[in-house]
Amino acid sequence: MSFFLEVLIGGLLSGVMYSLVALGFVLIFKASGVFNFAQGAMVFFAAITFVGLQKEYGIDFWLALPLTLAVMVVLGLLIERVVLRPLVNQPQITLFMATIGLSFFIEGLAQMLWGSTPRGLELGIQDQPFEWLMDRFNIGVSQFDVFAAVVSGVLVVLLAILFQRTRIGRALRAVADDHQAALSIGIPLQQIWAIVWAVAGFVALVAGMLWGARNGVSFSLTFVVLKALPVLILGGFESVPGAIVGGLIIGAAEKLCEVYLGPFVGGGIEGWVAYVIALLFLLVRPEGLFGEKHIDRV
Amino acid sequence: MPTPARRIGDVVLSLDGISLAFGGVKALTDITFDVREHEVRAIIGPNGAGKSSMLNVINGVYRPQKGTITYRGRQRHGMDSHAVAEAGIARTFQNIALFRGMSVLDNIMTGRNLKMRTSFIEQAFWWGRARREELDHRAKVEEVIDFLEIQHIRKTPVGRLPYGLQKRVELARALAAEPSLLLLDEPMAGMNVEEKQDMCRFVLDVNEQYGTTIVLIEHDMGVVMDISDRVVVLDYGRKIGDGTPDEVRGNQAVIDAYLGVAH
Amino acid sequence: MLYREAGQFKVTYAKDQQIFPIRQDRIAVIAVVVFAFVVVPLIANQYWLSAILIPVLIFSLATLGLNILTGYAGQLSLGTAAFMAVGAFAAYNFELRMPALPLPVSFFLAGCCAALVGIVFGLPSLRIKGFYLAVATLAAQFFVVWALVRFPWFSNYSSSGVITAQTMVMFGIPFETPVEKYMITLTIVALLALAAKNLVRSATGRAWMAVRDMDVAAEVIGIRLMRTKLLAFAVSSFYCGIAGALYAYAYLGTVEPEAFTLDLSFRILFMVIIGGMGSILGSFLGAAFIVLMPIVLNVLVHWLNGILQSTFAWSLPGSITSNLELMVFGGLIIFFLIVEPHGLARLWQIGKEKLRLWPFPH
Repeated sequence: MSFFLEVLIGGLLSGVMYSLVALGFVLIFKASGVFNFAQGAMVFFAAITFVGLQKEYGIDFWLALPLTLAVMVVLGLLIERVVLRPLVNQPQITLFMATIGLSFFIEGLAQMLWGSTPRGLELGIQDQPFEWLMDRFNIGVSQFDVFAAVVSGVLVVLLAILFQRTRIGRALRAVADDHQAALSIGIPLQQIWAIVWAVAGFVALVAGMLWGARNGVSFSLTFVVLKALPVLILGGFESVPGAIVGGLIIGAAEKLCEVYLGPFVGGGIEGWVAYVIALLFLLVRPEGLFGEKHIDRV
Repeated sequence: MPTPARRIGDVVLSLDGISLAFGGVKALTDITFDVREHEVRAIIGPNGAGKSSMLNVINGVYRPQKGTITYRGRQRHGMDSHAVAEAGIARTFQNIALFRGMSVLDNIMTGRNLKMRTSFIEQAFWWGRARREELDHRAKVEEVIDFLEIQHIRKTPVGRLPYGLQKRVELARALAAEPSLLLLDEPMAGMNVEEKQDMCRFVLDVNEQYGTTIVLIEHDMGVVMDISDRVVVLDYGRKIGDGTPDEVRGNQAVIDAYLGVAH
Repeated sequence: MLYREAGQFKVTYAKDQQIFPIRQDRIAVIAVVVFAFVVVPLIANQYWLSAILIPVLIFSLATLGLNILTGYAGQLSLGTAAFMAVGAFAAYNFELRMPALPLPVSFFLAGCCAALVGIVFGLPSLRIKGFYLAVATLAAQFFVVWALVRFPWFSNYSSSGVITAQTMVMFGIPFETPVEKYMITLTIVALLALAAKNLVRSATGRAWMAVRDMDVAAEVIGIRLMRTKLLAFAVSSFYCGIAGALYAYAYLGTVEPEAFTLDLSFRILFMVIIGGMGSILGSFLGAAFIVLMPIVLNVLVHWLNGILQSTFAWSLPGSITSNLELMVFGGLIIFFLIVEPHGLARLWQIGKEKLRLWPFPH
């Protein structure tokens, strides 16, 4: 029983990390209707810049943080200016493919600037189990995982408030629905998008720091984006709470399937079980748990 | 010019007690009317009366919650799109539903897809049966193109055409299927006087030459009164008038609906 | 002046339906085909054949497959490499376990296996669209690669799943040299490209495009959505499967499941985008572009280094080439999507239009 709990909690916590990446997607999708495949590359870019500033230039942790944030914001603004603005009102598929190209570009840029050797990222929290949980319940829960969960939780709450309660949030949602219509009622499209991409950059930075501390900063960080996709399908592409719930479900299901189903099929199913779950879910409820149903008018 | 008397036949389509609702929105409530063979039946009514929904029900796009549709003696509760097409019912749409990535000729050829029998393997080899079939259908499609006078734009991508011509191409696609019942959803919307006259001429020609039964939704009263044999009037999803154009013109409820008297 | 259609009237529908209705086009195409089949084997050296022409042909075939699915039928797929993997391993197993089967039959059956897998992973397309479907195809990508590794039967129990393609033998003649491999690849690709062109001009192709453009209207005129979509998946996967088999047999020689990565799927998608979605010619142009670009880039960087070295006694770091390649790829995708979403094929068409008027400007 305690083993089950351990696996479950471990899964839930890693699920929270997935949610963090998924959040970046939801933000941009909610505000511009663009599915930003480059989010993973942005996470990588943020992490490697942060570490690079510290290691290559010897900048202190607390100074490197705002510097990296500034870099990410500038990156976001540039993306909006160079890639998105010329593609206003193109179909979703076109924008999606543009972000695929963008992800390649950012990956190449990151490695060109900072080199491609993997490096570690120190946040000061240890990846050790809590002593007292271990002693009393025989459950190993990593301190780091809990820290990551708390940070992600705080971020989600902040973002949810941003979207639901503020004027800017409403403007963002209007833009996501229909670019032309939003423009015609005077919503400053470019400013809104600049804000959104800047915030997405910030989320990418937080995700980059947490994932980088956990797995090291290397090219493989860009692949976290692939894990976020099943999360988004479950939770709905436009829902902030959906990203959390989806992440938790995927994270827990993945770990539980690996441990309990894995031995029957030879293991290694972690790589694709999330997708199969998402696929089955898609067949039953295509818009996700919290997503909005699309109605086609003839 | 007076139109020659058409030989109007028996009832070919009848709708009984059709009710359609989307969640809380009642699009149609207890609609009953029939359509006779070879006639031109108009459906009119203010905006939002449920006219397009009515066509969608006949067409199989929507399934009504209540009521039955009887087409050529076969009664159904709701029709499936493919069955409808096979039964010889074709339609045009209010907001043009052409395939923008294809030329005019290709769009109209898709109207013949249902009649094509060769498998994809034969088509990949482009020999014998596949080749003959394609050319046969091309000949038929060219007849429709001649009929609607759109020869000069047959290779043009549809997205580049002006609105009026797009509507004509959509009509061509529907005609290519050689339908026995043609549903037209506002075929003259957004056209100027000349284009409307052309379209009226085409609709009447289709009815006279091919004997196609026509059900059309139209807002232009002049057109409706001129070319239709019988008219159904809808308002807020209910039927408020049914009869010849003259009968409907004198119906108080219809006058109220159109003049906007509170009801 | 050269490219005038004046005087070329078509008096039958058959003549009008030709693939190349303009006489100059026909002459040009025949010239290219003769050149490819006769001249190239005589003058090309091994490098050109093995490192450029054969991969371009193979990737063109895979791009054709993806173009059929994504460009013509509008079903976005990110699992192309998985279908290639199925083709490669199926061909290997047919050759291995049924050596009596002639090579073309083995390849054909391998394509059919890929088609079956394609149908299975295409089933979700009946309910989901757009990039939700792309995610479903990602499931195919990961699952197939995992399955090929997990069940060693596929690789005949070799370590780490590596398979070594047998020598291609037809009518008792082995096809081993680059020239021979080139001829087989060229023949297969040419035949399949012709079949694809016929398919997309026919009722099947029109049904695909109708489903892509407006599936509700397509349904209303009687096109069966399920059959059309699944057929697209089947044919597309068939083409990718054959491409995969050729990839193993005529190009790499040895392959492992991990060679068919998501990265490869993306590369082929890029070929489709840059070449032009919904264009047969575009598939070839896109493949050629993406295969040649790293080579051109390499040469450029080399040349640039030479200048920098002699002028400033400094050269660019070695890693720059591969990263530059990534950046150029990404940048080009974005550039094409902004400037010419219909890719090189449209640019080619525009060029021909200009040629019709030449030497007049308009």
